Amino acid sequence: MSSKLIDAKNLKKSFGEFIAVDNIDLSVLRGEVVGFLGPNGAGKSTTMKMLTGFLEPDSGDILINNIDLKSNPLKAKGFIGYLPEGAPSYSDMNVLEFLSFVGKMRGLNKNLLTKRLDEMAIQISLKDVWNKPIETLSKGFKRRVGIAQALIHDPDILILDEPTDGLDPNQKHEMRNLIKNISNNKAIVISTHILEEVEAVCSRAMIIADGKLLANETPANLEKQFGNKDVITIKVFNKINTVLAKNLKSSLNYSDVKIEKLDKDTNRIFVSDAKKTPDLNNVLKQVNKFKLNIVEASFVKSSLEEIFRKITTTNASS
Amino acid sequence: MKTYLEKTYIIFDRELRGYFRTPLASIFLLVFLALSSGMTFFLGRFFERDQADLTAFFAWHPWLFLILMPAIGMRLWAEERRSGTIELLITLPVTNMQLVIGKFLASWIFTLIALILTMPIWVTVNFLGDPDNNVILISYIGSWLMAGAFLALTSCLSALTKNQVIAFIISSISGFVLIMAGFNLVLSSVRSWTPTWVTETVGSMSFLSHFSRIQMGVFDLRTLVFFVSMIILCIWINVQLVQIKKAD
Repeated sequence: MSSKLIDAKNLKKSFGEFIAVDNIDLSVLRGEVVGFLGPNGAGKSTTMKMLTGFLEPDSGDILINNIDLKSNPLKAKGFIGYLPEGAPSYSDMNVLEFLSFVGKMRGLNKNLLTKRLDEMAIQISLKDVWNKPIETLSKGFKRRVGIAQALIHDPDILILDEPTDGLDPNQKHEMRNLIKNISNNKAIVISTHILEEVEAVCSRAMIIADGKLLANETPANLEKQFGNKDVITIKVFNKINTVLAKNLKSSLNYSDVKIEKLDKDTNRIFVSDAKKTPDLNNVLKQVNKFKLNIVEASFVKSSLEEIFRKITTTNASS
Repeated sequence: MKTYLEKTYIIFDRELRGYFRTPLASIFLLVFLALSSGMTFFLGRFFERDQADLTAFFAWHPWLFLILMPAIGMRLWAEERRSGTIELLITLPVTNMQLVIGKFLASWIFTLIALILTMPIWVTVNFLGDPDNNVILISYIGSWLMAGAFLALTSCLSALTKNQVIAFIISSISGFVLIMAGFNLVLSSVRSWTPTWVTETVGSMSFLSHFSRIQMGVFDLRTLVFFVSMIILCIWINVQLVQIKKAD
């Protein structure tokens, strides 16, 4: 018996000529949050649909809590909570009716259902809209209702297809906190094309493109493997001649320092290092030694973004 | 078995309440009552016939159902597919058979409610004369069975599309063919190029000939078997269609 809550091997699925998922292995342990990353149409949703039993894979096996999804779908589905893409729900029902319906279908008895409904109202902050028809709710609340129906039976496995898509920044932040809070004793898979989300909530990132698994690492390891791309940018109101430029570069102890002339009197200095994250404080100190007029300084952490672009464009096209 | 029925009931319950959650139910019931009594009194010449029976009432049912049953059943699967909720349903721990049966039963019971609401006509005819109430009861049962066949067909066809209007149209057309199957118009077009048994089979599929036998108070087993097997066949095809079309 493995402790893997999800264990899928050699998953393949094609629609006609189009191969949506090409031989993907995937396993998730209890306590893990796996971020499923990839460009649109990469096969993220198709994979999730197979894991939840909505689609049957052309080949490959899926074990849910050691139960074969194909031969015992009803039992296996019982362990999963699923938020489909776009968080569909019955818009003519109100929140309470809808969650009760899903809870009953999930086999909760009356007492347990009441208890879970109360918990959902608080945990997902749905109290204010409890008796409102779902069609009248904002996108953020609809998404929360979708999460609540996935959580109503307190499942061991949570599969969320783009849980923050279409939410405003505050709502995104809330949703991420929520996922983090419930992640302790569950196996969670979320799909997204937002990279900061993976950094914020995921313990592991799986990058797929064109149906193929291209990387399966912790976000930190991905950075290590594909190089650090954090950049410090400093704009100075000074002329920089070649001597000064050379001195600057040698005093800044980073592998990649570039100077770009913006106009006659202003220059921009870029500092980055493939091996480490440049330290803003240190860089500013060094630049100050040359008595330069700093007018702007910024630190851009775009590591995963770069990695993602690198992996998905080079590997997928080859 | 208990949970099997329980889950089917939960689906049924949600679906039946769904009719009443929107104005659809009241509009439908009003239209049904208005049309069925209107046709009885004006087109069916209920009073002029001067007979204490409900022939004038039931005779219009196949034609009423041709339009109204697709209106009730068109959303059953088309709407699930359009809104994406089919993904929720199928990933719940239930079988497609439970889903199809629960939904079908909801629409069928809704029709039963509509039929029960026509009781004033029955009261009227009993008040005015002395009708054969056995014939009326059999006609009601027959009418409900026929409605079930129409609904099962509609439910099945609504799994083919995400568009309720298309579901409505193909269901009405298919229903029309089934009503007309006993007419020479349809039979003669089939007779010329198929063996006799095919013509006979097509002829025996006619909703109208089965229903008119019921209306006369003749409730033979063949009619019961016909409508029930029609319903079972449609439900079975419906399950297959949901499986095939769910992800499109």
